Amino acid sequence: MSENYKVPTMAEMAGKGETPEVLFWVGCAGSFDERYKAVTQAFVKILNKVGVSFAVLGPEEACTGDPARRAGNEFLFQMQAVANIQVMNGYEVKKVVTACPHCFNTIKNEYPALGGNYEVIHHSQFLQQLINEGKVTLKGGGEFKGKKITFHDSCYLGRANNVYEAPREVIKALDVELVEMKRCKTKGLCCGAGGAQMFKEPEPGKKDINVERTEEALATGATTIAVGCPFCLTMMTDGVKNKEREADVKVYDLAEMIAKDMGI
Amino acid sequence: MSFLPQLAFVLILGVAGYILSKRIKFLRRNIFLGKAETRNDHTDDRWKTMALVAFGQQKMFKRIIPALLHLLIYVGFVVINLEVLEFILDGILGTHRLFAPFLGGVYTAAMNMFEFLAVAVLFSCVVFLTRRYVTKVERFQKPEMKGWPALDATLILVIEIILMIAVLTMNATDQILAERGADHYLALGPLFFSGLIRPLFEGMSLEALHFIERFAWWFHIVGILAFAVYVTYSKHLHIFLAFPNTWYSNLKPKGEMVNMPEVTNEVNMMLGIPTEAASNPSAEIGRFGAKDINDLSWINVMNAYSCTECGRCTSECPANLTGKKLSPRKIMMDVRDRAEEVGKSIDAGGPGLEDGKSLLGDYITKEELNACTSCNACVEACPVNIDPLSIILQMRRYVAMEESGTPAQWNAMFQNMETSFSPWKFSPSDRFNWAEKVKEEEM
Repeated sequence: MSENYKVPTMAEMAGKGETPEVLFWVGCAGSFDERYKAVTQAFVKILNKVGVSFAVLGPEEACTGDPARRAGNEFLFQMQAVANIQVMNGYEVKKVVTACPHCFNTIKNEYPALGGNYEVIHHSQFLQQLINEGKVTLKGGGEFKGKKITFHDSCYLGRANNVYEAPREVIKALDVELVEMKRCKTKGLCCGAGGAQMFKEPEPGKKDINVERTEEALATGATTIAVGCPFCLTMMTDGVKNKEREADVKVYDLAEMIAKDMGI
Repeated sequence: MSFLPQLAFVLILGVAGYILSKRIKFLRRNIFLGKAETRNDHTDDRWKTMALVAFGQQKMFKRIIPALLHLLIYVGFVVINLEVLEFILDGILGTHRLFAPFLGGVYTAAMNMFEFLAVAVLFSCVVFLTRRYVTKVERFQKPEMKGWPALDATLILVIEIILMIAVLTMNATDQILAERGADHYLALGPLFFSGLIRPLFEGMSLEALHFIERFAWWFHIVGILAFAVYVTYSKHLHIFLAFPNTWYSNLKPKGEMVNMPEVTNEVNMMLGIPTEAASNPSAEIGRFGAKDINDLSWINVMNAYSCTECGRCTSECPANLTGKKLSPRKIMMDVRDRAEEVGKSIDAGGPGLEDGKSLLGDYITKEELNACTSCNACVEACPVNIDPLSIILQMRRYVAMEESGTPAQWNAMFQNMETSFSPWKFSPSDRFNWAEKVKEEEM
């Protein structure tokens, strides 16, 4: 009777002569990271439920090049970027949504200089739109109801692109108590993974940045730490483990929280 | 005989003007050791940014207490300098309180306002010294603040305090002299703040009062001129450079890294994409990234000269907070110090940039560069819109592309990206495997 979830690729749709409204850019973490795949799956389920016309690039997607560029390797970044732009322009992509703020920043701000011009939005903004338009109706009675939740700003969403309210609006729609950390929004403290730090050990110091940030999140008394970035998710999850609080404190992406509330 | 003070004054003014103009040329030349960059777009937004951030001190108010104290000094500086105009004219013309007869009661009111501001400046400077030496605010205790930077900050505060005491002393003695009917002295209406210290001088002879009044007058005006020269050797340059620095702010999203068109040309050629530049190769491709100050943009170097070492950047830097070597403030100080070194060398007929040293290595280490998370906290924190991240990322480009000196783990990441199109070592054919599970689930 009921149908299965669908994950159409751009190639399949092009084969049928169709063009989706929006390309869901999954990103490397969304494709390969064991934990973050759940976020990709949750977001795809939401898109299916709402009936958004979307497609993914599937095996045709490649890293945006963000970590290579931040680590100084401009050649490698541009090789990745130009190849991705060729693929996207080939499919005449107009609009891109992604759950990764690094992909978001790169495609939105850095691809235009290389010939890739798209309307790019982060999944927090997309979810906010769906909620505002009434396409996603939240029951607010799920596992988050009345609970204390704190939101950790991702640098590449917040300071880098001035998106502070969309993720908060999404969380508030869940009928929860949103508690802010002392360093939030423009003053938000990095999780420690940006600028290609995700891919190497930290430089010598007296503490790991994710532990510092996790301590601040725990100090709010929140039992859920909400994030909107795959790297932040990893760093905060590791931080919670480091503080041995994984039994009572969970780290979730916004899409997972919405999907849970929708019962999918 | 009576022309002697006027002559001396004009001479001092001339010497100060000459030194200042030399210093300004030196600083200007140093700033333009940086590469040319045009940033004149969106002029409306630029004027607005300058009005809000520099003139309006908008970003200072992220920290309310230092913001209020700083505001008092800032307003005091701007307003009291109106009085300096009268000082200069009096000095040249040999007059005394030139404007008083024309302005009457308004003059007394203005003097009272100046005195209030002088006391406010004095108060703020004392609190700022307390923050540095008694409560020891952490960001002033960092390693890069040892030595000259700490002395520089202290000198500025002490000089300002002494200059304000000179103004109040001058007004107090001046009014006693006027009341006793001494020649040339004009009785104004009551002056509140200098009135408070009048008892200190009431018992003195006319000669002593006259000496103190003249001494305070000369001390104040010569002090201001000397201070203006001092500023050009000091972190205090922000009082002028904050304005152009904010005008030339980066107005693009902070996350955007500047493209390197010279790389784009090569990438397009490698991928067989026709480009305009491919058929007409540019005469000379310089270095990739930044090794020294001449590889940076002149705006980066102006940023460095605009830095007043307040350390708000460093106090918000996640790397610095967790004990890493990186301090965004030190990055700015290093760029400035290197520009000074090169500038002095050139002026002395020395090797300048070719002195065997460079910004990378001799001033900034790879360890510092490698600690940055590119989170933009420093950029956001800076009250005058300095961008340390831009410099860090340009230097990382040099390390990666000219030295192949990136950490081994980054090299492995590069390799993964080249072969598997992902920073992790996964097969590209597995990229879409995540969808299998969802596709099996019923909606």
